[in-house]
Amino acid sequence: MNNNKGLEIPDFSQSPIVDKVGVEERVERFQKRSIKNESKMQGLRMALSMIDLTTLEGKDTPGKVRQMCYKAQHLHDIHPNLPTVAAVCVYPSMVKIAKQEVKGSGVKVASVSTAFPSGQAPMKVKITDTKFAVDQGADEIDMVISRGRFLTGDYNFVFDEIASIKDICGNARLKVILETGELVTLDNVRRASDIAMYAGADFIKTSTGKIQPAATMQVTYTMLEAIRDYMNTTGRQVGMKPAGGISNSKLALHNLVMVNETLGSKWLTNEWFRFGASSLANDVLMQIMKAETGVYQSSDYFAID
Amino acid sequence: MATKKKNNQPVEWNYSPALESTSHVKLKDKYELYIDGKWVKPSSKKYFKTINPANEEVLAEVAHANDKDVDLAVKAARKAYKNVWSKIAPSERAKYIYRIARLMQERAREFAVIESLDAGKVIRESRDVDVPLACNHFFYYAGWADKLEYAFPNRKVESLGVAGQIIPWNFPLLMAAWKIAPALAAGNTVVLKPAETTPLTALKLAEIIHDSGLPAGVVNIVTGYGDTGAAIVNHPDVDKIAFTGSTGVGKIIQKAIAGTHKKSTLELGGKSANIIMDDAPIDQAVEGIVNGIFFNQGHVCCAGSRLFIQEGVADKVIEKLKHRMDSLIIGDPMDKNTDIGAINSKEQLDIINGYVKIGIAEGAEIYQPKCKLPNSGYYCPPTLFMDVAQSSRLVQEEIFGPVLTIQTFRTVDEVIQKANNSPFGLAAGIWTDKGSRIFNLTTKLRAGVIWANTYNKFDPTSPFGGYKESGFGREGGLQGLGAYLKMN
Repeated sequence: MNNNKGLEIPDFSQSPIVDKVGVEERVERFQKRSIKNESKMQGLRMALSMIDLTTLEGKDTPGKVRQMCYKAQHLHDIHPNLPTVAAVCVYPSMVKIAKQEVKGSGVKVASVSTAFPSGQAPMKVKITDTKFAVDQGADEIDMVISRGRFLTGDYNFVFDEIASIKDICGNARLKVILETGELVTLDNVRRASDIAMYAGADFIKTSTGKIQPAATMQVTYTMLEAIRDYMNTTGRQVGMKPAGGISNSKLALHNLVMVNETLGSKWLTNEWFRFGASSLANDVLMQIMKAETGVYQSSDYFAID
Repeated sequence: MATKKKNNQPVEWNYSPALESTSHVKLKDKYELYIDGKWVKPSSKKYFKTINPANEEVLAEVAHANDKDVDLAVKAARKAYKNVWSKIAPSERAKYIYRIARLMQERAREFAVIESLDAGKVIRESRDVDVPLACNHFFYYAGWADKLEYAFPNRKVESLGVAGQIIPWNFPLLMAAWKIAPALAAGNTVVLKPAETTPLTALKLAEIIHDSGLPAGVVNIVTGYGDTGAAIVNHPDVDKIAFTGSTGVGKIIQKAIAGTHKKSTLELGGKSANIIMDDAPIDQAVEGIVNGIFFNQGHVCCAGSRLFIQEGVADKVIEKLKHRMDSLIIGDPMDKNTDIGAINSKEQLDIINGYVKIGIAEGAEIYQPKCKLPNSGYYCPPTLFMDVAQSSRLVQEEIFGPVLTIQTFRTVDEVIQKANNSPFGLAAGIWTDKGSRIFNLTTKLRAGVIWANTYNKFDPTSPFGGYKESGFGREGGLQGLGAYLKMN
């Protein structure tokens, strides 16, 4: 199912270079956009609909997952006409339960795989891990790359690893987590993005949420530029998911501004852009209620999960 | 699923207007001349209107100073120099300059709004660039006021006397700060003339200077047209002329003061080269091109108005540049989201449009994003001319607007030759990943300021000025201080 069949694979050691100072400057410009009134409301609703509500803990239980799945479909029932979130994101062992809970709601179930979060397992295990999640009904697979191999320059290994996982995803969409906090430089982020897309990623994703820094705007911007170049070269659209650290509406809106001005409105839907952030939902809800009632409500008025 | 969910459909996301409030801004209907610590009616009895170029509405009437008014101002400056400013302790001078800086900071928002109203520049820039930099110039030079002997070791330094200063309309407040701060720190007194289209922030600065308690006559602000400027230049009791503006006027000034005792610094036009090597970080270079030419509607003497791209990456850079230009928002300067505001005046718009016509007539390929311009006011969309020749007038002459010419090159030597092949030499930009290439180019480009992997960055500690027809003398930094001192 590799959607890049027949494509010329570039030399990843020649990925475009990125100037950090220039990226910081560009990001500052996005942050200076002032999003008010109707455009703010439109942005907030968009942000809600793009969230992947996530629970990825050792202590996850069916009970916890069920509650989160309910919240995913009923963000704030006091307010009619709110969108649902895009997806719930869980460990493979919880996919089946999540799948049952969100049935018929349009909310997708995403599963992490490939020995998330470290990726330190043999390929065989990663394949089994992914196959299990797909068989359980996952709509989306969030895999991690082998950062150690990447940092030693073994780009072919990382490419093959992604391509192999893509092959067993079937109809599930593949998100490739780069764990940019461990890649450190923007040059590395750019190169890893290129590798992931050419290897067949449907989405590229910044982080597991387990490592800091996670989805900084600088990193997300670098990945958006990679997506744009890839689209211009191959004609294939790839989605973007910043994950970790986007906890408030303002940051979410700035991210959307960045997507809007870098990639265009074609990406402003949850088919192509996601936020991996659980605490974001309530802050967005709070802002929506503030915009409509004129007052901020206490966090006690919004369900935590 | 037969019907797709509604929130799955991409929709256009346009930003609602986010207008900066003007309610806190106090503007008088009529401004007099600020001479000898007082607001004085012009002996010409004439006033001129200053308008908002974004909507052509009149903002205020401003006095038009004639020879007599200028004479009054120079006499006040001379008296203040002799009796007060050259006598008080340098640390006292510093205190006044610090006080002006702090008062400006306190009223930064008001300055930014007035600057945008009067000049047409976008509020984002006046708020984040012009006003903070202007304050920083005062802070920086205040620090030098009592350390002049350390600034120039083993030299005996002395102030010059009365400085006549004439500033342009592109950075009205910032240019006033560039001129006044070092002059005062060095112990001179000042007669300053702001440009006729943008006098308001200089007059607001006069109010703050008045509030600071600066002794009367140390700073005098006279408004008017070219004749007022000429009166300052030709006044026999002025010791130094500091001018920023067009090369044409600069030449007139130089002729006028030839053979007199007057010292001068001239900061004139430019046609600066922005050079993209094939190993440059392309996306950031594109941003640098945008900042280089579209910052302040291209009304920047050091604007990177000649773009040179190495041939291997030319197509990619141009395609990305066009994409970036499509996301620029052109319109009301008071909207916090506007990227490109109004052209400063009808005259300037006509000049820019004249060049665009020349470019089209020459057969150069033009690109302008499809953006809607406001119905009233003076606007010009950001414009590219591709594949222009070195001999084209668009490449040779300063346009002073959002118009960029693009040329390609093959080798480093070729681009150095072409970049230097200009009567101007104010600034240049180099984009490359290779440090050694940066140093090679900076030693060979004949330009006063050279930026590497960035463009249009300013700092009070950094000297600024040009080669050739871009003028002489430096402003900013120690060099800018030295320009207001006699050194023995």
